[in-house]
Amino acid sequence: MIAPLPESQRIVITGIGLTAPNGNSLSEYRQSLLEGRSGVRPYNIRYVGDTLAGVCDYDACRYQKKKEVRRGTRAGSVGIYCAREAVADAGLDWDNVERRRVGIYVGVTEHGNVETENEVYQLKGFDYDTQYWSHHHNPRTVANNPAGEISLNMGITGPHYTIGAACAAGNAGVIQGAQMLRLDECDVALAGGVSESIHTFGIFASFKAQGALASHDDASRASRPFDAQRNGIVVAEGGCMYVLERMSDARARGAEIYGEVAGYAINSDASDFVLPNPDRQVECIEAALRRAGVAADEIDIVSTHATGTTEGDVQECKALQRVFGQCENTLINNTKSFIGHAMGAAGVLELSGNLPAMRDRMCHATINVDELDPECDVPGLVIQEPRETRGVRYVLNNSFGMLGINSVLVVRRV
Amino acid sequence: MTSDQIRDEVLDILQDIAPDDDVSQLKDDVPFREQLELDSMDFLDIVMELRKRHRIQVPEEDYPQLVSLQSTVAYLEPMLRDVQKV
Repeated sequence: MIAPLPESQRIVITGIGLTAPNGNSLSEYRQSLLEGRSGVRPYNIRYVGDTLAGVCDYDACRYQKKKEVRRGTRAGSVGIYCAREAVADAGLDWDNVERRRVGIYVGVTEHGNVETENEVYQLKGFDYDTQYWSHHHNPRTVANNPAGEISLNMGITGPHYTIGAACAAGNAGVIQGAQMLRLDECDVALAGGVSESIHTFGIFASFKAQGALASHDDASRASRPFDAQRNGIVVAEGGCMYVLERMSDARARGAEIYGEVAGYAINSDASDFVLPNPDRQVECIEAALRRAGVAADEIDIVSTHATGTTEGDVQECKALQRVFGQCENTLINNTKSFIGHAMGAAGVLELSGNLPAMRDRMCHATINVDELDPECDVPGLVIQEPRETRGVRYVLNNSFGMLGINSVLVVRRV
Repeated sequence: MTSDQIRDEVLDILQDIAPDDDVSQLKDDVPFREQLELDSMDFLDIVMELRKRHRIQVPEEDYPQLVSLQSTVAYLEPMLRDVQKV
């Protein structure tokens, strides 16, 4: 057992701001997840044509001028919306928060594809004469853009950068924020992840070429991890940012606490560009459990990464079977079945979909599992209908990505 | 294009660049920057839009000519005189 850390080293979540394809606040989102409401809809994108996607409808102009929206990127806009909502939710006295002591850590799967594709597309109309290439291209496509736009919008002068971690990035953003608070690099961390990926045709076309792009006559039933008839990924946009603080600071100001970042781990498969590796996933999960000082059977909900690909879902289930196969009270679910794969936002959005379980004691379902794939039949899998729990003290959140990056977060009820 | 048409065209460009403002209220003889929140990137947007819409090249030394609605229209008139309004 690990000795408890002093409160100055314990990191807690005190604010959540998000936009998901089925909700623009935590309460809307949670309600959609408990009521089985999908956010996937028909979608059309240049060159690829008609497909499906998880599309967000947050009001960008709530926190940005139209001019800011025009000049910036969708990822920046999503980040601003989420960060502003998180700060409001945290009840911080924002006017008196020392802005140089706020850090911004945004996980991204990719950035710049959308803006580059748009520029090349319009350049075609000028016969590829580069004097028609926009001067906005560089500030829009630098890798720190989504975090930098938050800094500009909110007047934050502490560190800002993105964490590129493929689809493990949402967890990685939160982990980075927690680490920076522990190192005293900031007093408030705005940490999470964003995705603008539905606006790049390349990601759809690449998944399609890989045989990994989902299709279904009914959009709401297209994202179906663990189902025998699953046929790939539904790409989604979205974002989720947390206000993270040291527990000592949060308690001193009487903040409401969603949970504590009790454990985390990131590791690498070092085995394949795209295929997951259950051995390394197990190691990552076990490392996060060790850091949290908890045993597998103390985890109440495992929020899976599964994306709806044939291979990926089976490999994750192998890992889950090995770690949680004997845990009678651990429930397992999947949020992507509702919203699709929100890429850089996926990890943190999926964790957020499950954090309210610490209060309402419900485990949201995995929808669209009409015929469970026998290879995904892990004990505790909650399918089709939400399930009442014994009470939720620990949520473990998996988030994995291409090039073999694994990330796991364990959050404890405080 | 007549000078009135050129003026409308410049206002159209400005409205895209400054969507939060009502550019129809602009005073012709007062610098844009005193009436709108325009920075150097916005100014480059004006130059780029003129290039894209009318293939007009505004050399850097002529940028001061684009200071106000009045001076911009005067600067563009000789270039757009023979261009038909689309």
